[in-house]
Amino acid sequence: MSKYLLRRLLISIPALLGISLVLFTVLALAPGDPFEELATNPNVPPEVRLNLRAQFGLDDPIPVRYMRWVTAMVKGDWGYSFVSRINVSTLIMQRLPTTLFVLGTAQLLGLLVALPIGIYSAVRPYSFFDQITTTFAFIGFSLPTFFTGLLFILFFSIYLDWLPFIYRADISATGWRWAWEMARQAIMPIAVLGLFQGAAMTRFVRSAVLEVVRLDYVNTARSKGLSEKATILKHVVRNALIPVVTLVALQIPGIFTGAVITEQIFRVPGIGSLLISSILSNDTPVIMSITFVFSALVVLFNLVADLVYGWLDPRISFR
Amino acid sequence: MVRAPPSRKQLEQIPMDEHEIRELLGDVRAGRLSRRAFVRTMVAFGLTAPLAGQILAGAGLAQAQTRPGMGPAKRGGGPLKALSWDAPNLLNPILAVGLKDWNACAIFYEPLVSFDAAGTLVPILAQEVPSLQNGGVSKDGTVVTWKLKRGVSWHDGKPFTAQDVVFNWEYAADPATAAYCIATYKDIKVEKIDSHSVRVILPKSTPFWADAFVGVRGMIIPKHVFEPFKGAKSREAPANLKPVGTGPYRFVDFKPGDMVKGELNPTYHMPNRPYFDTIEMKGGGDAVSAARAVIQTGEFDYAWNLQVEDEILKRMEQGGKGKVDIVAGGDIEHIQCNFTDPWKEVDGERSSIKTKHPFLSDPAVRQALNLVVDRAAIQESIYGRTGVSTANYLNAPARFQSKSTKWEFNVDKANQILDAAGWKRGGDGIREKGGVKLKMVFQTSINASRQKTQAVVKQAAGKAGIDIEIKSVTASVYFSSDPANLDTYPHFSTDIQMYTTTMTQPDPELFMIAFTSWEVSSKENKWQGRNITRWRNEEVDKLYKAAEGELDPVKRAGMYIKMNDLAIQNVVVIPVVWRPRVRAISSKLRLEQSGWDSDFWNLQNWYREA
Repeated sequence: MSKYLLRRLLISIPALLGISLVLFTVLALAPGDPFEELATNPNVPPEVRLNLRAQFGLDDPIPVRYMRWVTAMVKGDWGYSFVSRINVSTLIMQRLPTTLFVLGTAQLLGLLVALPIGIYSAVRPYSFFDQITTTFAFIGFSLPTFFTGLLFILFFSIYLDWLPFIYRADISATGWRWAWEMARQAIMPIAVLGLFQGAAMTRFVRSAVLEVVRLDYVNTARSKGLSEKATILKHVVRNALIPVVTLVALQIPGIFTGAVITEQIFRVPGIGSLLISSILSNDTPVIMSITFVFSALVVLFNLVADLVYGWLDPRISFR
Repeated sequence: MVRAPPSRKQLEQIPMDEHEIRELLGDVRAGRLSRRAFVRTMVAFGLTAPLAGQILAGAGLAQAQTRPGMGPAKRGGGPLKALSWDAPNLLNPILAVGLKDWNACAIFYEPLVSFDAAGTLVPILAQEVPSLQNGGVSKDGTVVTWKLKRGVSWHDGKPFTAQDVVFNWEYAADPATAAYCIATYKDIKVEKIDSHSVRVILPKSTPFWADAFVGVRGMIIPKHVFEPFKGAKSREAPANLKPVGTGPYRFVDFKPGDMVKGELNPTYHMPNRPYFDTIEMKGGGDAVSAARAVIQTGEFDYAWNLQVEDEILKRMEQGGKGKVDIVAGGDIEHIQCNFTDPWKEVDGERSSIKTKHPFLSDPAVRQALNLVVDRAAIQESIYGRTGVSTANYLNAPARFQSKSTKWEFNVDKANQILDAAGWKRGGDGIREKGGVKLKMVFQTSINASRQKTQAVVKQAAGKAGIDIEIKSVTASVYFSSDPANLDTYPHFSTDIQMYTTTMTQPDPELFMIAFTSWEVSSKENKWQGRNITRWRNEEVDKLYKAAEGELDPVKRAGMYIKMNDLAIQNVVVIPVVWRPRVRAISSKLRLEQSGWDSDFWNLQNWYREA
């Protein structure tokens, strides 16, 4: 087991290096620079722009810049934002709690919706309940979040005037008032993301359970007199959830990098909106760090998923 | 206070030319006309009272102006919530790039004097505005003496003195700091006279001296906080993100790209100000939903820079909780004609100064092009209140606006001009002469309003036998300074192009540099030159050089007007719309905007009506 883990970790090093090389080259070759605002302004002498380019090392050849980036990254230095003039790690750490809260809660909400509905409709396939939930699930994952987000804003904020549509990470109230304000502003982005994920996951849970529920050992469990509840929960669900757990594990990296569109619509100051604004202002160190951290998390959670899989299903062994 | 941009009609009511103003000034000097009567006359002609005052000031006749305070001088106004969809990234006014950062800085920092809507100076950290009359400005225009306000303290309790002002100059002028405003400070000298006065020594006689320590480029940072972080170390200063200023609000919290928070500064140097207890500026999102949050739902009190179509804004305003606040500046959306050949490469450079444009070098073609731009339709159907059609490149302040230019939309006349110049229609309806076809590529940045404008121009040009191919470039590429990218606007690798040039000072000196021959954008200067059209004209060069040293404000204004007229008559540029600043404000919020300073230049006076 530990040998397997070590081997997988070692394999991921060249993979990550390859990813970083591709990302860096693409970003370095992309047009534009972070000082475009200086360009249309007749007051700024060109030397300032050239000086800044030189200061940030933008005029060096790409291989030199890449090596500089890699050595810094190995030392734990994520780089320095051109635009904010602070460390990228500080910038990301400021955004991480909000992203984790909003996306984590949304993922949880998705699971809470998907599990009971998916299981129930699989146990009674093609029933009225199943038909209804299937319809809603299809609607749910065919509507993109930017559409449902705007729809929610239009209905709940503008028409009904119930909920604020601008997310503020720094509510000044304390205690219950803080919790109330937080809930009010977070409910729309969380619902939009959670229901979208929940819809897709419902379908997944349903098909996973449906496969297991027809197997002979389930009939055996029933015939030996176990209650329906015990049969489903202990025998069916436990086996059916193995692929679901893998799926959830693979979705976790997404929680860290945020939901770009939803964050933009509701002004949630998360990693996704940081990524977008960095792309718009050509702040390459920030883009590089976020995308690289994302790929590192994908590699890591792939490994975690494999490990969890083996733990849930003892028939699988690691070699 | 909604200040509509001056309509064309209003603008036409300012017929004063150099002679008439001079005559009136002579009358004042001789005592035939009282100062008040002079101001009244000017106001009657559509000039604002402060502007008239400034003309008097320039002529050495000003009286100390006292500015009436706004609204109730009291505190306890609760929170003020502002939205800035383009979020601020750092809070050091000297390192800041662009208005979004300066706006956030202006919550905490202040300059010696600010510019109001008319471009008049308003003292903030200075006791008074220096002038010829009070001896603040030397007769030859080379020395400016500032008297600083006494009893002002920084947010950390230390007193504000002349040393801080001198330090700001040292900090910003250091090339290693790579400050945005280095041009303002690098050639001047600043000396301390005593604890509360400084002397600014200008390298030559400078008519527009109101640059250093004025407006956005003049916000003063404290010496005791920033001294250890001068030059190359400037990026490491913790105070870049935790400002210590003299402004109406003290720093509470800042998350780059997300929000800025401040609280009332109890030791602020103006009594009973500011009105609001806290201020919060939230960033991110888009301009439309920002307008919505202010105008429709009232969730926020203020939103900056609404690049939103006027039609949408009007719909939101109906029965809303807020409104649109518009104030004129000098920004001009214009079409540029390329005087060099963008399709021929000479010494590794397209649009090289060694070439001549195959057909745009013919004045008849440019005149025809000028006639097919339907500015009225563009204003009416695209920009609405957010862009006023104009014939001039230089539109503001009003005293620099030419009255002798006019624009016209007339396809028939364009056809006549082209026919007369020998451009014959070919079989495909496109005109040609000597094997050269009137086919041009028209580029601009990707932006809904700009693409619509392109379409309007293309359609009318087609009727005149000019074929226009439309090209649009992503804004982040088009406005970048990348010397290797052909698609940036200074490379100008097409025949005509369109964008907005921003006017950041209420003075045309830097703005008009775009027509001088030494500023031609080229490979040699890595396309950093400001003359993008590559048009060269000896008369403009001479006028520009003369205006730089001209201390008579009336004569000087006349020179810039002449430069504008030359550029317009030669159709170097085709002005499309003059773009004011558009903001959304809560209907209860009372404030004074300025097109020449940060949004918060007058923040201490903002209040909410009950």
